Amino acid sequence: MTISRRKFVQLASTAGLAVAAPAVWTQGQAQSRPLRVGASFSLTGPLSATKAGLVGLQIWRDDVNAAGGLLGRQVELVTYDDQSTVAQIPSIYSKLVDIDKVDVLISPYGAVLSAPVMPFIKQRGRFMVGMFALAGNDGVKSDRYFHSAPWGPDAKVNWARGFFEIGKANGCKRIAILNADVEFAKVSAAGGKAAAKELGQEVVFEQSYPPNTSDFSAILRNLRAATPDAVFVCSYPPDSSALVRGLSEVGVGDSVKLFGGGMVGPQYAANLQALGPALNGIVNFNLFVPEPTMVTPQVTSFLERYTAIAVPEKLDPLGFYIPPFYYVAGQLIAQAVKGAGSTDSAAMAAYLHANPTPTLVGNAQFNEMGDWTERRVLMTQFQGIKGNDIEQFRQPGRQVILDPSALKSGDLIQPFMKARAA
Amino acid sequence: MFADQFINAIGTGVMLGSIYAALALGLAVTFGLLHIPNIAHPAFVIAGAYVVAMGNSYGLDPLLVALLALAPFYVAGLGFYEFYARVFERRGSADTMNALTLFFGVSLVLETLLLMRFGTNQQSVSVGYVGQSLTIGLLSLPYRLLVPALLAPVMVAALWLYLRHTHTGIAVRAVAHDERALSVSGIDPRWIKRHAFGIAAATAVVAGAALIIIGPVDPFGGRLQIGRAFAVVVLAGMGSIPGTIAAGILIGVSEALVSAFASPSWAPAVAFSILLATLALRPQGLFGARR
Repeated sequence: MTISRRKFVQLASTAGLAVAAPAVWTQGQAQSRPLRVGASFSLTGPLSATKAGLVGLQIWRDDVNAAGGLLGRQVELVTYDDQSTVAQIPSIYSKLVDIDKVDVLISPYGAVLSAPVMPFIKQRGRFMVGMFALAGNDGVKSDRYFHSAPWGPDAKVNWARGFFEIGKANGCKRIAILNADVEFAKVSAAGGKAAAKELGQEVVFEQSYPPNTSDFSAILRNLRAATPDAVFVCSYPPDSSALVRGLSEVGVGDSVKLFGGGMVGPQYAANLQALGPALNGIVNFNLFVPEPTMVTPQVTSFLERYTAIAVPEKLDPLGFYIPPFYYVAGQLIAQAVKGAGSTDSAAMAAYLHANPTPTLVGNAQFNEMGDWTERRVLMTQFQGIKGNDIEQFRQPGRQVILDPSALKSGDLIQPFMKARAA
Repeated sequence: MFADQFINAIGTGVMLGSIYAALALGLAVTFGLLHIPNIAHPAFVIAGAYVVAMGNSYGLDPLLVALLALAPFYVAGLGFYEFYARVFERRGSADTMNALTLFFGVSLVLETLLLMRFGTNQQSVSVGYVGQSLTIGLLSLPYRLLVPALLAPVMVAALWLYLRHTHTGIAVRAVAHDERALSVSGIDPRWIKRHAFGIAAATAVVAGAALIIIGPVDPFGGRLQIGRAFAVVVLAGMGSIPGTIAAGILIGVSEALVSAFASPSWAPAVAFSILLATLALRPQGLFGARR
């Protein structure tokens, strides 16, 4: 059979069109399809206070969509309530990936809820931004996982190192460590012990206690007898409150110069308001406080927009701790997608590893584990708190930054009991 | 040092134990007397704490708010039992599993309602005496624990006198033993049970006041109290109202001594260890009657 040149050209053109058309059509569809970001949030259950983060993420989505979206696609959030329950996590993330076909993942809140999803993202090779999971990637070592919180490298040991460095600079040689029997607190206490050892400090008292302990008088009496110079505390909100009350009721002894470090609770407005002046003198971690060395017009604008949404929704009215870092998570995703020019997980991860990324809270540069290469965990001292008005915490000088030195905004008042009186 | 620790551990234990009894008192009525496993009671306690916090935000003392809220909570308890009775008892399907399922569902609904109404933030109260202590020699008693601890003996005494010396009270004690005999006497057993549920719900708001004076609460805080509350009721002996305070104090003092002289981490196991040991030696509980 012979075929004319004209016929051949016609056949070749038709075949080429048939092969190319689905690809062109699919690409067109992909361009118009929203870029989907999937996450679970603890909207109910004991961790539901963290749902303020969703507002931060929604603000980022609105900003990025107002600017034209990513790769010409509007950003859509696909979220589910994990009910603060570990058992919900695997099915939620399977659904996000296999049924909802999300392009990018954000982890659940914290190390405990994140743990079940880590092997899954490693196995599927998915890009994910981790939310507040201290040392969350240490187990699976995914090169496509990035922390939004600036815990710094080797976070298990170093995240609260600033507390011990302040202690060393102020002559603290004898350290007491007090921690709740929960994952974050236990990891933090072990890290604190290692940091103290590295800095040549002696751990003279170690005590763990069950979560939600409401009375610390016996523990504080035993602690006082050990005459420590500094007390490193790793607690959760209910026990943080009870412990701060216990300080007023029983005291901690005159030897103590520093108290606090890893207390979760005094980052949230409800705890700040409830405890008020009882917080004075405590040196504790935070990730953002409105001190002159940290405040930028971008952060101020973000917090104003956040508060306008959060107050009617009865969420944390200050929003210093969690919401900005969900916005940062969005910024990391945006930079990675733009840098890679696609939503390919490997390309996005490669871009973030190779390039510093500007965020709401400063430039983020990541190591191979997805940790910020520079630790930006603040150690702040509560100073001059009067009454229980929440608005005072928006003012500078209430949570004075002592560490890191680049952000330092004031000096430590010590010893601890003098700082409390001040 | 030892004497200081020992005396204060006993003092703290008595206060904590008394508070445990306050939390368990409503359960002692519904579960101990009526044999209805109302696992939603701790959720009612949390709801009570939220009502107290709301009243306190207007400058009212938590205990005064609790007193004012007694009647509304009593009425809520009546409605709660009526719902249970219509769903299960009237249909003759009021077995333990059905009741547990219902009450579990009720506690979830209560938690969600609190979450929707008040948000996720912890609630607390502001009272002048929190942060101060009453000191007598070596003994130091924080008012934050002392004031709530005084509520339990008052509630237990009032309830015990009522159940022992009034016709309605005696009927409440009788209804779980022999409902038919009560009917024959011309008393409506359902009305009596409804009334008992009302009393149990009213104790919840006082227990809620105790809880929120000690520290902040969130909508899900009741889950932490369920195990210990049941332990107190069973240890006291089913139906023994004065026994709840003795059982609570036994658990509280044991926990405080373990915290002071061994490790606080072991304290949560104390309640159930004592419960197991007691049930092995005395199955009816410390003050329960042998049946």
